[in-house]
Amino acid sequence: MNDKVAPNLLGTIEDDELDEPIPAMQQLLDNPFLLLFIGVAMPTVLYVIWGVMEIVSIPMAK
Amino acid sequence: MINRNFRTDPATGLVFHETAEKLIRANAVAAVVSLLVGGILAFFVIMTRWPAVHLLPADWFYLVLTAHGVDMLVLWIIFFEIAVLYFAGCVLLKCRLAAPKWAWTGFWLMVIGGIMNNVAVFRGDSSVMFTSYVPMGAHPAFYLGLILFAVGALIGCFVFLGSLVVAKSEKTYNGSLPLVTFGAVVACIIAVFTIASGAIILIPTFLWSVGLIPTIDSLMYKTVWWAFGHSSQQINVSAHVAIWYAIAAIVFGAKPMSEKVSRGAFLLYIFFLQLASAHHLLSDPGLTSNWKIFNTSYAMYLAVLASMVHGLTVPGAIEVAQRQKGYNRGLFEWLRKAPWGNPVFSGMFISLVGFGFLGGISGVMMGTEQLNLIIHNTIYVPGHFHATVVVGTTLAFMAMTYFLIPTLFRREIMFPKLAKWQPYLFGLGMSGFALFMMGAGTLGVPRRHWDMTFAGNPLGYEFAGTAYLMMGLTAICGLIAIIGGGAYLLITVGSVFFGKKIDVPEYRTLTLREGAAPRPVRQPVAVAIGAHHGNIGIAGFVAPGTFTLAMVFLVAFVLYYFVNWKYLSTVWPLS
Repeated sequence: MNDKVAPNLLGTIEDDELDEPIPAMQQLLDNPFLLLFIGVAMPTVLYVIWGVMEIVSIPMAK
Repeated sequence: MINRNFRTDPATGLVFHETAEKLIRANAVAAVVSLLVGGILAFFVIMTRWPAVHLLPADWFYLVLTAHGVDMLVLWIIFFEIAVLYFAGCVLLKCRLAAPKWAWTGFWLMVIGGIMNNVAVFRGDSSVMFTSYVPMGAHPAFYLGLILFAVGALIGCFVFLGSLVVAKSEKTYNGSLPLVTFGAVVACIIAVFTIASGAIILIPTFLWSVGLIPTIDSLMYKTVWWAFGHSSQQINVSAHVAIWYAIAAIVFGAKPMSEKVSRGAFLLYIFFLQLASAHHLLSDPGLTSNWKIFNTSYAMYLAVLASMVHGLTVPGAIEVAQRQKGYNRGLFEWLRKAPWGNPVFSGMFISLVGFGFLGGISGVMMGTEQLNLIIHNTIYVPGHFHATVVVGTTLAFMAMTYFLIPTLFRREIMFPKLAKWQPYLFGLGMSGFALFMMGAGTLGVPRRHWDMTFAGNPLGYEFAGTAYLMMGLTAICGLIAIIGGGAYLLITVGSVFFGKKIDVPEYRTLTLREGAAPRPVRQPVAVAIGAHHGNIGIAGFVAPGTFTLAMVFLVAFVLYYFVNWKYLSTVWPLS
């Protein structure tokens, strides 16, 4: 396959660092399923669950 | 049997998997059809909200506005985003599409859901706006259509994630994901949360519409619905930022100024971007200021920071690439000598500037609890999101289309002179449209309202003459944008169906070994640094022009923020 074109689209962060240990932050960024978990859990807890808990704790009118 | 048919585009070197290519085309075509329908409806919305014309009767206006909202904010955008996901996954990683049958199932579910929702709206008994707040009820097909569409899009997201697994296991790339693909991953993650939130609230609402659930609490509905309604627009942000990076690389061969910083900014999107949904509820009772302020002011500003990082690094990368090509004089030679006649670049750059200056600054203003009082539920809100979703996202998608027509559809672009002008017509028309709507909203003109004169109402209100002027200018700019949108449709549809064919090598079957990426050659560090920036820039700054533009942005941001606090003090006197 042709590897010559659009090298900057296809270039990656560690092209010239493959033999060095991968930093922890990069390992996090390289794991899409861990990111998926964080990306769903954060707004679910901080926006949805927190918001719903506030609404259900509103006292009923008498 | 697994399809391993690939073709290489001779002009760009991009590698297309046969099934992925067909799905990218199908989603792009469905997106453009949705844009056509939504664009026609936009004309009627504009001509009705123009007080001097006031074209449609009330019932038709609300029907048309509902369909316009769904077709533009959901169908056009998400069909195109699924195309972007498959492009960023399979094409940039040179891998095959995972689970093609599931991908087609998802696509057809989206088509059926979109048509079902539109039919429900055009029947006339589902004019509930895009938000469909309960207790306003729509026909069950309205909700079912949205649910089917969402399920189809969710399948598309997981096919994209599956394709990443395929690419890694078949070693079609080395190291980390490319930055553009990483941006698409972020868009996909936000999409999963968005669609799950939509399911949580739309499934019970559908059951309510068929009589199986007696009632739905309106505040509960609004809170969960906005996790779907606003987050769906955050998918756009991540997708169009990924496209900005892609276009900078395609047109200029630009590399990000710092991959780590750009990836860090995308990570902030994953953490915080979706929380901004709360600004829709800043004026609602029942939710505490703790929840509101954390989700908007605290967390949203970190997402804003991420957008500002992208807004700095994309033009910065372009500036560095241009200076390395010799456009190194003064602050802005790199910008003056940019290919302004190339719609791929001009569309992307207008998208970037409009998104930042109009959509970004106004979004922060709206996300401030006190300032939100000035403009809540006014036409300022659609002014803001037309700056983000239309100037920002739609224009970026349009710019990308001009690249995709020759590479993906293998056709020459028809009407090339019109294509040069199209981003200016659409981008500048839509920027004026958004700006004047925000001006009218600041004067209190309500959103979604059929008649701002309130004629015949017992509690009327007389707006200042300036408000009418603003609405007239909004309509004129909207018509210019519609002409620009019509030009885009003419060029794209004409090129895809009638454009001159470009002969390219056909598909050939690749073995796993042939498809694997070669191991990159390790470069000496000194060479890498020298090749990166060289002797460019002014006074130690490699991108002084971008830095200057960023300072202009910062001053505009601070001034606008201050002006709104000042304005708040006049409409809400405390002494």
